[in-house]
Amino acid sequence: MLEQSYYDKADEIIAEHGRIQKALIPIIQDIQAYYRYLPSELLSYVALQLGINEAKAYSVATFYENFSFEAKGKYVIRVCDGTACHVRKSSLILERLYKELGLSKEKHTTDDMLFTLETVSCLGACGLAPVLTVNDEVHPSMTPEKVSELIAGLRGEQA
Amino acid sequence: MKLESREDLQISRKQAINKIKKEDCRILICAGTGCLAGGSEKIYKKLKEMAEGIEGISLEFGPEAAHIGVHQSGCHGFCEMGPLVRIEPWNYLYIKVKEEDCEEIFQKTVLKGQPVERLLYEQDGRIYPEQEKIPFYAKQTRLVLKNCGHINAEDMDEYIAMGGYEALEKALFEMSPVEIVEEILKSNLRGRGGGGFQTGYKWKQVARQPEKIRYVVCNGDEGDPGAFMDRSIMEGDPHKMLEGMIIAGYAVGAQEGYIYVRAEYPLAIKRLKIAIKEAEENGILGDNILGSGYGFRIHINRGAGAFVCGEGSALTASIEGERGMPRTKPPRTVEQGLFAKPTVLNNVETYANVSMIIKNGAEWYHEIGTEGSPGTKAFALTGSVKNTGLIEVPMGTTLREIVFDIGGGLKNDGEFKAVQIGGPSGGCLVSNNLDVKLDFDSLKKLGAMIGSGGLVVMDDGTCMVEVARFFMNFTQNESCGKCVPCREGTKRMLEILERIVAGNGSLEDLDLLEELGEAITATALCGLGKSAALPVLSTLKNFREEYVEHVVDKRCKTGNCQAMIKYVINPAACKGCSKCARNCPVGAISGKIKEPYVIDGEKCIKCGACLDNCPFGAIYTEN
Repeated sequence: MLEQSYYDKADEIIAEHGRIQKALIPIIQDIQAYYRYLPSELLSYVALQLGINEAKAYSVATFYENFSFEAKGKYVIRVCDGTACHVRKSSLILERLYKELGLSKEKHTTDDMLFTLETVSCLGACGLAPVLTVNDEVHPSMTPEKVSELIAGLRGEQA
Repeated sequence: MKLESREDLQISRKQAINKIKKEDCRILICAGTGCLAGGSEKIYKKLKEMAEGIEGISLEFGPEAAHIGVHQSGCHGFCEMGPLVRIEPWNYLYIKVKEEDCEEIFQKTVLKGQPVERLLYEQDGRIYPEQEKIPFYAKQTRLVLKNCGHINAEDMDEYIAMGGYEALEKALFEMSPVEIVEEILKSNLRGRGGGGFQTGYKWKQVARQPEKIRYVVCNGDEGDPGAFMDRSIMEGDPHKMLEGMIIAGYAVGAQEGYIYVRAEYPLAIKRLKIAIKEAEENGILGDNILGSGYGFRIHINRGAGAFVCGEGSALTASIEGERGMPRTKPPRTVEQGLFAKPTVLNNVETYANVSMIIKNGAEWYHEIGTEGSPGTKAFALTGSVKNTGLIEVPMGTTLREIVFDIGGGLKNDGEFKAVQIGGPSGGCLVSNNLDVKLDFDSLKKLGAMIGSGGLVVMDDGTCMVEVARFFMNFTQNESCGKCVPCREGTKRMLEILERIVAGNGSLEDLDLLEELGEAITATALCGLGKSAALPVLSTLKNFREEYVEHVVDKRCKTGNCQAMIKYVINPAACKGCSKCARNCPVGAISGKIKEPYVIDGEKCIKCGACLDNCPFGAIYTEN
């Protein structure tokens, strides 16, 4: 069971979108935007409130890549691996981040809950390739060196 | 103010035009995703601050002071040169502007009308003060993107001043829905999202359905990696797209429209929301639009990260709150689309074409482009080309003109190898195809497709096998899993490609790839699956020798395929310090102190740790 405040927040979001199935995705998007992940208890709660069965809600939430049942770090770094970025060696950017953060293909979030690392197929900023985003803020023309500086800078903000 | 009639809108337009005319100087700071990332927000604030602080200058119109307009515009398309600042009436375009440059821009240009030369674009020793004269722009025909970069995307008045919503007026007050459909049909406008299906035909089909509840849906789920034209339209000129949607709604008798935008485009979503709100407040959207009696509303749905939702039936399923999976057809979307009602589904760029066709007529439209593919097409030009960015050219423009005239040729003077067109659904065009006219039909003949219009230029340093693996990896990841050919087939194809780039492929693998590719193309359920094998089949056709080199010689001449790189120690440069051996995670390096070390190629895992750590630069790679 989550704290009551979670359910209150969910009620607030549900009220905004209405109790109909077509509102399911916008509702869980807003919940995720607020908590930076989708608590599975809330997904069940939303399903109940919308009158759809839990399995259905679960099938929708797991289908889309954006939904995460795991809590994410404070800084969500998304490395673009679209064609333009790939051709301009985005793989080196990703490797450097794995190294800097001690993460891997299987481990996405650092233990101190500061960083989550994801890849994304295209951010549509191809003219600035290779790019990455930190919580939706675009960082253009990255190099492995700039990656190290960026991480050091973000860590510095914590100190 | 709510506009209640056509006259109200016309008065409002006159006022909007006057407002812009009164600006003695108009500063447009690009606020597209690219330039914002480069810090254009700070430049905007700084310039605005300066305009406020100087005597004799005002941000508001007044007879005694010079009236300076400082605005944030949409994307100019020349993202690599950003942040961009355009200054009218001289049309100077400043590139790579920094906050420190604002003072000089203000003193020289705004106050004296002179250009700041060091911020101007230069190519082949020539400086181009005027934006329109820069080769990148001079060779383009910007119709759909006309307003992008020239107006404030968050101010509807600016769109109206540029002739916006004139087409809507004409449609609502001078034409019947049937006439509109006929005009679009006559224009032969073809869907810009990939398929190239006739837009007018779709509209006609929806209009004649017995079911009276109908929907207009805009596909803004631009998921193709390497394509961003729709993003730029939504961010830079959102009203143009809304206008197209309202006209479509009126033509087919729909009362509601949905825009499905991918979640990776937060700025596009923000600008669209502002545009819809403004249109509602001004009586352009809502009940009784401009007093015509026709009512139309538009909703925005955010995608949630599923590429397959760019497919029509998957997209409508997603709006309904379901898993975004395609379904078998028929029934087609025009018969049973969103909420099982007749639905017009077009993409962003297609809707952005509608207003100019209605305003200028189908005949005018046919003067642009080719017979079978009239109009223009926006392309996202990226990769190893000098000028990357968003361009718009008439259909039928050759690849050579795009890559060499507009794109300025290859970066670092590399050699042209291929262009990957249409993203993961497209194919590649090689140097023999440079003079092919780019339009729907000619590309189809070559086994490629325009797709959404991504053009990724590749030079001789790009390995085509690796590129094919990259696309297959993408499609495999995004396969929704509903049909077997796509779910299993792409997985097997990816395995084979991974085997090849790892140096473990065989000649039989190439035949198997072809066989699988053809089977998937023939049997997959939706467009994503049907085109999934295209990048592989197309590279196999054009670059078979490269595949053969990978499987027979175990060699990748570009050095892209890590597994085939050989790490070697140059005995002349090696001092025998043993640092490499200590850094090697698999113990593949051996030797005696103060004597040259050697790498055992069998044990080496090509991690590069030795090369990174050698203090004498004695380690190098062989492709």
